[in-house]
Amino acid sequence: MADVITYREAVAEGLAREMRRDPSVVCLGEDIGAAEGVFKTTVGLFKEFGPERVWDTPISEQAIVGAAMGAAMTGLRPVAEIMFSDFLACCWDYLANEIPKVRYMTGGQVTVPLVVRTANGGGLGFGAQHSQAVENWALAVPGLKIAAPSTPADVVGLLAAAVRSDDPVLFFEHKGLFASRGPAAPPDHLVPLGEATVARPGTDLTVVALASTVPVALAAAEALARDGIFAEVVDLRCLIPLDIRTVLESVGRTSRLLIVEENPYQGGWGGTVASLVADEGFELLDAPIRRVAAACVPLPFADPLEQRVMPTVDKVTAAVRGLAAY
Amino acid sequence: MSAELLDLYERMAVIRGTEKAAHDLFMAGLVKGTTHLAAGHEAVAVGASAALRPDDYVFATYRGHHHAIARGATPEECLAELMSRDTGVCRGKGGSMHLTKASASMLGSYAIVGAHLPMAAGAAWSAKLRGTGQVAVAFFGDGATNIGAFHEALNLAAVWRLPAVFVCENNLYMEYTPIGTVTAVPNPAADRAPAYGLPAEVIDGNDVLVVRDAVARAAQRARGGGGPTVIEARTYRHYGHSRTDPARYRPEGEVAEWLARDPLLVARKAVGDGAAVDAADRRAQATVRRAVEAARAAPPADPAQALTDVWADGGAAWRT
Repeated sequence: MADVITYREAVAEGLAREMRRDPSVVCLGEDIGAAEGVFKTTVGLFKEFGPERVWDTPISEQAIVGAAMGAAMTGLRPVAEIMFSDFLACCWDYLANEIPKVRYMTGGQVTVPLVVRTANGGGLGFGAQHSQAVENWALAVPGLKIAAPSTPADVVGLLAAAVRSDDPVLFFEHKGLFASRGPAAPPDHLVPLGEATVARPGTDLTVVALASTVPVALAAAEALARDGIFAEVVDLRCLIPLDIRTVLESVGRTSRLLIVEENPYQGGWGGTVASLVADEGFELLDAPIRRVAAACVPLPFADPLEQRVMPTVDKVTAAVRGLAAY
Repeated sequence: MSAELLDLYERMAVIRGTEKAAHDLFMAGLVKGTTHLAAGHEAVAVGASAALRPDDYVFATYRGHHHAIARGATPEECLAELMSRDTGVCRGKGGSMHLTKASASMLGSYAIVGAHLPMAAGAAWSAKLRGTGQVAVAFFGDGATNIGAFHEALNLAAVWRLPAVFVCENNLYMEYTPIGTVTAVPNPAADRAPAYGLPAEVIDGNDVLVVRDAVARAAQRARGGGGPTVIEARTYRHYGHSRTDPARYRPEGEVAEWLARDPLLVARKAVGDGAAVDAADRRAQATVRRAVEAARAAPPADPAQALTDVWADGGAAWRT
């Protein structure tokens, strides 16, 4: 295997590793089999594992996720693909009302070990119904674990943890990162759910990021370092479980916090992070908590408009400068 | 006299008694929220159960007390659940609309209309892939046939040729509205089946033996690799849609006609031995009476349970 792989290749690699390890892992989704996925994230799976393990479905998001739920309750570990995360709205009943609640409301009688994978986020000009960052939708629902990797190795490691989890995991793959490259995951690589990582150490300010905003924050930190401002970048990797301890430890070192999120400011996950830090880390702070999030509008199509709405390196750089000078 | 039929009668009588107890306990202020009683639907649950293997999967709706009991939940643990007791079948975390007995392969009662049909397809898919010979049965109301999940599930189950049985309890009313006034075809489930290439039959849902035989045929077909079947069992609610509905919208003649075809009366006549049926009634009443007493005496739900069983490890931790 290559030393460097793309994020997109890592998805197929992570799935293949789990399918080789555990015969109860089955995949289902639109165009994932013979067509190998519209984003080419299931390349090779149908060829290696065949139609008994990789199932092409109709365009029926409720049937896809509902069937995954029924299969997960009865001995399989299904991995369902919802092509674009915007389409989660078509099967939201299962992700808001059924999957996260069935274990609880039956008094623990059943478990639902499934993964719903979906291509999330903007930056590619797909317009308002194929570009949203919707991780905050899921964060509003107790009972779902939420992973959103930023690197190819984390894709493999978090996918391993998600498939092996006895809890339902919503797995956000970022469309804007599919072509990005990074070191390949070592054999048996596993990143536990709920462990953030310091992607770049720094002393002056903590930047908390997730998925697509990690490379944005890293690029901003690199540029700022030339001016003597040293930002520490924390990659949350998961929203649930939320590793707020790693965030608080970082803020303890830097005393300043900027949160960079692709979902809209209104209802965005940064609000939860800010709330916890304000509540439990108030005395650590020397400045207000700031958030760079998407503008509270539908995501527009044209590049200049999309850039105006989404977090960018320039916006993060400006926000860091403002906070560092506070 | 058929011993099996007498046994099915007694099972239906236990459900009928439990539903009446649920109603009375509600009126006494001991059940909160709401209930959707299945009195009148007993033959569907008991007849189907008689045709299924113990490990066949069953998915039901918020009107699901009869299915939970037919599959093995006790009246006591169901009534305790309704009464917010710690001994409830879901430990007080589900309530009337979510009775579940997973150890008896009764995998839940779901309160979002139609949502469980894709789940049943998924359980059937799982059984097929694991090669267990199990079938999965979804019971649903006539109202569910107009929601998307019904159609997505039938199509998927058909194209994947899954061992699933879709049983519609057509009680003629979608909540408060006659189903015929909001549905383009006269038989809301059965008439849709041909669109998915599926066989369907409309049956008398108040005759427990008719239901048993229809479900047995469908299950046999499913186990043999023949794919899913749609069964539309015509039946009738004895109570309104939910606790607050007196069901005054139903014509008197219609109610009288259906009460005359009460599934317990139908079975009583078929048994033919009045003394034996009376004895079964007395046993059922005693079972329900003991269940009510035990549920009343049980401790209330434990507040500590509120923060358990979100996750498979038994806990509810969402952050470090």
